[in-house]
Amino acid sequence: MPDRDRGGADDAPAITSKRSDVADHATGRPGGAGGDTLVGRSVTIARPPGELYAFWRDFSNLASFMDDVERVEMLDDARSHWVVKAPGGGTVEWDARIVDDREGALIAWTSETDADVENSGRIEFRDAPGGRGTIVTAVMRYDPPAGAIGRLVARFFRRDPAVQVRRNLRRFKQLMETGEIATAARNRAQRDAEKE
Amino acid sequence: MRALTWHGKHDVRVETVDDPGIVNPRDAIIKVTATAICGSDLHLYDGYIPTMRKGDILGHEFMGEVVETGPASGLKAGQRVVVPFTIACGACYHCSKQQYSACDNGNPADDQDIAETLYGQPMSGLFGYSHMTGGYSGGQAEYVRVPFSDVGPIVIPDGLEDEEVLFLSDILPTGWMAAENAEIEPGDTVAVWGCGPVGLFSVQSAFLLGAEQVIAIDHFPHRLELARRFGARTINFEESKTYEALMEMTGGIGPDAVIDAVGLEAHGFFVDNVVDQIKASTFLGTDRTHSIRQAIIACRKGGRVSMPAVYGGFVDKFPLGAFMEKGLTLKTGQTHVQRYMPALLAAIMEGKIDTTFLISHRLPLEKAAEGYRMFHDQQNEVTKVVLKPGLDQAA
Repeated sequence: MPDRDRGGADDAPAITSKRSDVADHATGRPGGAGGDTLVGRSVTIARPPGELYAFWRDFSNLASFMDDVERVEMLDDARSHWVVKAPGGGTVEWDARIVDDREGALIAWTSETDADVENSGRIEFRDAPGGRGTIVTAVMRYDPPAGAIGRLVARFFRRDPAVQVRRNLRRFKQLMETGEIATAARNRAQRDAEKE
Repeated sequence: MRALTWHGKHDVRVETVDDPGIVNPRDAIIKVTATAICGSDLHLYDGYIPTMRKGDILGHEFMGEVVETGPASGLKAGQRVVVPFTIACGACYHCSKQQYSACDNGNPADDQDIAETLYGQPMSGLFGYSHMTGGYSGGQAEYVRVPFSDVGPIVIPDGLEDEEVLFLSDILPTGWMAAENAEIEPGDTVAVWGCGPVGLFSVQSAFLLGAEQVIAIDHFPHRLELARRFGARTINFEESKTYEALMEMTGGIGPDAVIDAVGLEAHGFFVDNVVDQIKASTFLGTDRTHSIRQAIIACRKGGRVSMPAVYGGFVDKFPLGAFMEKGLTLKTGQTHVQRYMPALLAAIMEGKIDTTFLISHRLPLEKAAEGYRMFHDQQNEVTKVVLKPGLDQAA
C-alpha cells in the first residue's frame, strides 16, 4: 500500500512533488491512461473540522463557493450529479460517487466511468496545531478534455484546475470564517456580471 | 455618483460612475463627507504601482455618514464613521492577532494570486489601491461600499470635527505604528526620514512613547518647520550632511532607532538614487531606496529600524552587511489600522495629538484632479489636501 500523502523519500506532500508519475502514485491508481493531472492545495480555516466536514459532505453546498461549478445535486447519500462550466461557455456534466467517507476527517469521490471528464477528488480535515482550527487539504486528479490541448484552452480561459482549486479553497475559507465571500464589486449588478 | 478615477500616469479625472450598493451582509454604504489625498496615492499617480486599471476609483483615507447597511453590518444609518484603509474580516487567524493588514479574507480570492506570486502570501484588501489588493473602489467619491463594516469603521462621537478625526483612517495610525515598531526606550534618540504626514505623526508619536530627542530629516523647509513645532530637531539634507550630522547630534553613537517614512520615491540627487531611477525606468529594479540605506548606515549598533514607508518590489545594494554586523532589527508592514483607532481617537479627544495642523488645502471633490497636481508639484507648501464632496465649488 503506497503512502498516498507522500510524493517520495522525504516528508513533503505528494502535490509538491517534482516527479511526473505522482498522480498515479498519490491517488493509488497506477497504470491509468497517462497524462492525468494532479492538483492540490492546503488552507487553514479557523473553524472546527466537524463543521467544515458537514458543510462539504452536502455536495449541493459546493456551488456556493466553487465559481466553476454551476450546481451539484445529491442523487442519494453517496451519489451526486455535477454541472460544471466549461472553457469558452457551455457546461460539462457527470455523476460522481463517494468512495471513502470518514466523518469529520475525509471525503473522497470519483466520477462514474462514463464521465466526459474523468476525475476524482479528496478533501481532508485535520486539527491545526496551536488551536488555529482545521487544515483543509484538497487533492483533485482529472483527465483533461482533449488532453494537453484542452488544458491549454483551459489555461487561456483562466479555468486552469490548479487556479480553480486555489481560488475555490480561498472562497471556502472566506465563507466559513466570515459568512460571506469577499468581492470588490461596487454593487450587485457588477458582482453578477463578474460571475458570468 | 461623482468619483475621482485613475486613467494612467498623471491622468486622474472626476467622472460620473455607477453608485455603490449593498452586496454582502456585513456591508455598509458611506456618504463621504471628507477624504484626503495620501502620499501613497502619488505612487499611483506617478505610475509606480502595477495592476491599476483605467476607471479605478482612488482614495483610502475617508470618513462620512452611514446611509445604508447590510443585515450583519452592526452600524446604523446616520452614524458618523472613519473607515480604515485596510479591509479586514476580523475572523481569521491574523485578525485574531490584531494583524489586520495581513487579513486572509479581505482580498477577493481571484486577486490574491498576484500578491501570492510576488510576496509568497497575499495581504489584506485595501481601498482604492490597485488590483493586487483587491481592486476595491476608493473613498475619493460621493459614496463608498465598505465591506466588513462591523469590524473596520469607528463611530465618531458628536462634537468632533471631520478634520480632527479623518486621519485615523491611515496616516495617524501609520505614524503611531512606526514609532511603536521603533521600540523606543526612555532617553532614546529617534531619527525620522521624511516629514510628510506619516513622518510628522511619527515625530509626535515618538515623543509620546518616551523619546528624549527626535531628529527629523527632509529638504522642504516648511515641513521641517512643522516637525520643529512638535519639538524635533531638524536636518535639511540639502544643507547638511545627514550621516555626519546624526553622528554629531548623538555624540558619535548614532540614533537608537531610525524611521524611514519616505519610501519608494525618495527625492534628492544621490548616486544610488539616480541609479535606482534609471533601473526603475528600465524595469531592472522597481524601488528607489536611498532613505532606508542611509537609515541603516546611521542607526547605532544594536538599534532598531522601523519602516512605515511603502515599498513594492525588489531592491539591490541593500546594506545587508551593515545590518548584520551591527545587529539591527527591522520592523515594518502595512498598518494594522483597526488595532490603533480606539486609543488614538481617545488621544485626540484628550488633546494629546493634534492632526489639524497638517491640512494646507481644502477642495471640493470636483477639483480632485487639481488637488493631485498641487500635492505632486508643490510638496513644500502643500502638506495635505482634503477633498469635501459637499464643499461649495467656488471655494
